[in-house]
Amino acid sequence: MGTISVNGETYEVVAASDTPLLWVLRDELGLTGTKFGCGIAQCGVCTVHVDGVAVRSCQMLVGMVGQRAITTIEGVGDTPVGARVQKAWLDLEVVQCGYCQPGQIMAATALLAANPDPDDGAIDAAMAGNLCRCGTYVRIREGIKHAARP
Amino acid sequence: MKRKLLLSLAALVVVAGAAALGVVGWMALQPGPYAFAGGSTVPLTAYQGPSPTGAPAEFAGVDAAKGAAYITAMADCQACHTAPGGKPFAGGRAFVLPFGTIYTPNLTADPETGIGNWTDAQFLDAVHRGIAPDGSHYYPAFPYPSYTMLSDEDVLAIKAHLFSLPPVKQANKPNTFGFPYNQRWLMAIWSALFNPNERFRPAPEKSPEWNRGAYLVEAAGHCGECHTPRNLMQALDQRRKFGGATGEGWNAYNISTDKVSGVGDWRPDELAAYLSTGHARGRGVASGPMGEAVELSLSQLTGADIGAIVTYLRSVPPVKGDLPAPAGPAPATPQIAAIDNPVGKRIVEGNCASCHAWTGAGAAREEAQLTGVRAVNDPSGANVALMILHGSGAATARRPYMPGFGKVYSNDEIAAVTNYVTARFGAQPSRLMAADIARLRDAN
Amino acid sequence: MLHDREEQRGGTLSRRSVLRGGAAVLGGLVLGIALPAKRARAGEPQAAGAALNAFVHIPAQGPVSLVMPAVEMGQGVYTSQAMCLAEELDIGLDQIEAIHAPPDREHYGHPTFYVQATGGSTTTMAWSEPLRKAGATARAMLVSAAAAEWSVPASELVTERGVITHPGSGRRLRYGDVADRAGQFPPPTDVPLKSPDQFRLIGTRARRIDTPAKVVGKTVYGIDVIRPGMKFAALMAAPVLGGKVEHVDEAPALAMPGVRQVVVLEDIVAVVGDNTWIAEQGLRALDIMWSPGPNAALDQAQLWADTEKASTGPGVAVRKEGDAPGKLGTGVLFDATYELPFLAHTSMETQNCTVHVHDGGCEIWVGTQVPGYAQAGAAQVLGVSPDKVTVYNHLIGGGFGGRLEAAPIVTATRIAQKVSGPVKVIWSREQDIRQDMFRPLYHNRLKARVESGRIIAWQHRVTGPSILARWLPPAFKDGVDSDAIDGAAEPPYALGEMLVEYIRHENAVPFSFWRGVGPNSTVFSVESFLDLIAGKTGADPVAFRCLMLEKTPRARAVLDAAAAKAGWGKPLDPSPFGARRGRGVALMHAFGSHLACVADVAVTDGGDVRVTKVVVAADVGRVINPDTVVAQIQGGVVFGVATVLHNRITFAGGRVEQTNFNDYRLLRINEMPTIEVDLLSSSEKSGGIGEPGTVIVQPAVANAVFAATGVQLTRMPLDASLIARTV
Ligand code: FES
Ligand code: FES
Repeated sequence: MGTISVNGETYEVVAASDTPLLWVLRDELGLTGTKFGCGIAQCGVCTVHVDGVAVRSCQMLVGMVGQRAITTIEGVGDTPVGARVQKAWLDLEVVQCGYCQPGQIMAATALLAANPDPDDGAIDAAMAGNLCRCGTYVRIREGIKHAARP
Repeated sequence: MKRKLLLSLAALVVVAGAAALGVVGWMALQPGPYAFAGGSTVPLTAYQGPSPTGAPAEFAGVDAAKGAAYITAMADCQACHTAPGGKPFAGGRAFVLPFGTIYTPNLTADPETGIGNWTDAQFLDAVHRGIAPDGSHYYPAFPYPSYTMLSDEDVLAIKAHLFSLPPVKQANKPNTFGFPYNQRWLMAIWSALFNPNERFRPAPEKSPEWNRGAYLVEAAGHCGECHTPRNLMQALDQRRKFGGATGEGWNAYNISTDKVSGVGDWRPDELAAYLSTGHARGRGVASGPMGEAVELSLSQLTGADIGAIVTYLRSVPPVKGDLPAPAGPAPATPQIAAIDNPVGKRIVEGNCASCHAWTGAGAAREEAQLTGVRAVNDPSGANVALMILHGSGAATARRPYMPGFGKVYSNDEIAAVTNYVTARFGAQPSRLMAADIARLRDAN
Repeated sequence: MLHDREEQRGGTLSRRSVLRGGAAVLGGLVLGIALPAKRARAGEPQAAGAALNAFVHIPAQGPVSLVMPAVEMGQGVYTSQAMCLAEELDIGLDQIEAIHAPPDREHYGHPTFYVQATGGSTTTMAWSEPLRKAGATARAMLVSAAAAEWSVPASELVTERGVITHPGSGRRLRYGDVADRAGQFPPPTDVPLKSPDQFRLIGTRARRIDTPAKVVGKTVYGIDVIRPGMKFAALMAAPVLGGKVEHVDEAPALAMPGVRQVVVLEDIVAVVGDNTWIAEQGLRALDIMWSPGPNAALDQAQLWADTEKASTGPGVAVRKEGDAPGKLGTGVLFDATYELPFLAHTSMETQNCTVHVHDGGCEIWVGTQVPGYAQAGAAQVLGVSPDKVTVYNHLIGGGFGGRLEAAPIVTATRIAQKVSGPVKVIWSREQDIRQDMFRPLYHNRLKARVESGRIIAWQHRVTGPSILARWLPPAFKDGVDSDAIDGAAEPPYALGEMLVEYIRHENAVPFSFWRGVGPNSTVFSVESFLDLIAGKTGADPVAFRCLMLEKTPRARAVLDAAAAKAGWGKPLDPSPFGARRGRGVALMHAFGSHLACVADVAVTDGGDVRVTKVVVAADVGRVINPDTVVAQIQGGVVFGVATVLHNRITFAGGRVEQTNFNDYRLLRINEMPTIEVDLLSSSEKSGGIGEPGTVIVQPAVANAVFAATGVQLTRMPLDASLIARTV
């Protein structure tokens, strides 16, 4: 269908342009850090960045990405904010099963990139779309604050 | 003294009667559905231009069966005559009306429970005049005052199509109307007054495209049945044609050419996209009954037919409404808009913002744009609440859809989120309460 | 660290393949802990390094491989198991690599379940001793080898971080240097374990070993498996439970580019394609005719009514002291019933399974709590012996009981049987919910008699299906499901003359274990009933409970701790979330742990409930990794709050009415209470902690709502219309 740019690399995409980005990343490019959880934008485990903005990749069609830069959990550690978030997640032992955490980390990174010192209301607004069945929310909130002021 | 009183009472009755007659007459003697266009009309047989009826040549010419299916889709019989999750055309769909619940009948060719034994003449009588084979009259929930304009050939094509489908044995459910609405004979009077029982008459001075559009909109598509307000006698008020009305809890918006409340400022390509795909960028997504109309009818029509509909719609005179002009985009961060509605904000940030974005511009899909959308800019909030309750379907394949939240979110919560959405993304906030949501749940 | 990506993806790395079959094929000695040892087969090639037993493999170079008998689903057991092994082995957690145990009941069978399974919050209880023993045994063999090499007494050697030192001479050897030789030594049978004061790891806040890969997206869950030439399948089951496929026209799917195949089974239709999305689109394009089968009339109201009816029938006495029924005829009597709905597991990773059927057997890549059942199930489908089925287990994106069944693996194998090459079958969220095996309906009927403020007679009937009768038949004894009555038979309270009964009642709905298992129903019912009695007798719920805890000091201690921390008895501040406020308490003893919980709620006029604060005090016995215990309680509380506020699966016309997260509602971060956890130190035997948090918060919240509204929750979940204020 054309090319897309993921984590700074250019990939040729075979799938049809109306395929959600999620499935291109996972099934075609093998970037399985981005997860599937609901397919209807209710869980956030598929969150990636498109030009730095958190987007649900299950809703974004690959044909609509164009030349915008996609960042996934595999690449977000190369950004200073992403690395800080990942470190905070380790320091505070946020993670349980970990399945939702790529999405959580992507959402948290986008939040901190736009708002370096978010209050609880801003954290709610940015993070409430990301479900965690293991219930790590207490630590996610702490982790974001920790990453904001390490 | 006593006599005088009696006399004056009698006089009063006479006056009141005359006034009532006058009112009813005024209602009955209103202009025809496309009389606004002026000029003369002629019978179909006398019309010189290309036929405004039937299926387009590419269907009808190739294969009569395909043509019949197309005409059936044009008339959108399926939406009403199919129960949710039920077999197509087998009926059983409930319509909750102020006077009771009506269930649509089985239109399949099953001889026992459907229309398998009907003759052509009986079918024509039903569709054109609202008269059942047993002589009883249908309630005008069945839009025969519109269908009466369909040509005999088209009505019989629909019958042929229905008879080509597998018959489904499914008994009709009785309506739950109480007195006096269960007095069907009253419908005979109603029919006499409000159903002209006259086929479509083309207007020679108008373009063939306009005439085709008029036929599709007025006769087959029966758009006015939802979008034109009704008078006291429940007949369409053609003087306020396409000015907007409500049905099943939904607001069927003003589709006259009024620039503020109607679709007067929609470009033709926007109208065409909306009708054929259920979505036009920045205008919103067809939901509820309109979503069904797109899915089962409009999306099946040819580009030329959609064009004809657009041409016709753009000729309808403006009817002023009281809906505000849509607001512009919303600020990007939720804090900026100080809307005192914490419950609404909580649900929006959890369930809505992933698709619709805090700006309301849509996060990944243009269908998810909220700003500029009529429903969001409707301070009644009804359609927004209904979409939240029941979801908003993908009218055509491969379009995104919104899931419904009515099953686990309370009436308070649905009201709060509706009020938040209209306040944040619309021109004027809705002020729905839990009881309003309860009513909408019942209406649907 | 966890082993690397290629390896997990089923590559041909030697270590994993040598460990297949429980290390039996490996050079050196293997040892089954708590089970008979196995000898190496003569003539097998020696790998560098040695598997010193079924759990410890020491290579010549690089990290020590530790085999994890219990699977990691988020509960932190990879770390706590590794801590037990590493503690006694004297290595650091940074020097190890954790490996999933293959199906091998002999070596990795659960010490109490026997089958190879992870569940019931039992991992620490069951495995900490055997794993410590395995570590200590391996260490002893290494030390013996070094002692032999240096010709010094083993007692003179010390070990630390994988290095053996002889302090007298200053000589040092790495474990890897002597592993081969150590493998020749017979494993000692009675190695002493460290005393708690010698612990370096156990009881510390160790960093979890599975986390680093998870935060960078490198962890490979079952759903992430990629095999060369793999195809993707989407599947659909009949909308009506137990329905069958009547007719499918495959053409509309096959017409779509990227769709490869339509697989039609008796009860399942699957579409195989080049990616998951196109497979899903193909499935949607099909117009499948289903025959509804026997459950077309299955309806929720009927299901409730049937269970209620069964609860009045004869039951099996589980605990009988004195003559409770005789005492429950007169005096001040109370009775109530509590009902719990079907629930779905909805772990974030939907069900999935990759299967490659070839050469008279198959390979399976999946994350499962029951690798042995998975292997057996697939073997049965293929009609081959279990050794023809290789199961590569994976980390799991949330278990909660949803991975304790082989059914999805069986389904995937049935599909894969018709597909050439490997195929990854992924359940959409909708199908994951529809095809789930649900937490069953439970019904609890309670009666009590109160004299001078104390309960003197008590009857509790638990009605529900027996999961154990199917899942672990030997555990279903004398008509009693020990899980269903857990929490009812042994409540922490002295309740006078007692009769606890179990009534097995099953319906057509498939059921399985679910986080919190039996105590979810029993503890909820007991704790709600106690508050009902306290409310009606004008007693304070905490004081009322304390009267009955004289003989159970651990329970009393957690209750006191939770009450103190929560400020029990102090008025609640006004809340922006709702005008009506309430505080509730609950206490439990199950899974070998004691927990007390106090929850604060705010209730709106419309009946919406917000849980504002939860305090939990826990005594879970000896703690391996305290941070994990706290995390499990926090997570369990979130799980339980969603359960009591929102969750239920209902049936209409034989169909599951819920579909996805829009109508199966989980808690979100902006709906969170503050959670405070007080971990009471204890040197008692370790108890379980994966489930108690979920169990304990539900009655605490319900009791708080009762306090706020005067309305008791008798059928879960909360129903706003029942507690709306009628103004
Ligand atoms: S999979 Fe995209 S939001 Fe759930
Ligand atoms: S850590 Fe398991 S779903 Fe969030």
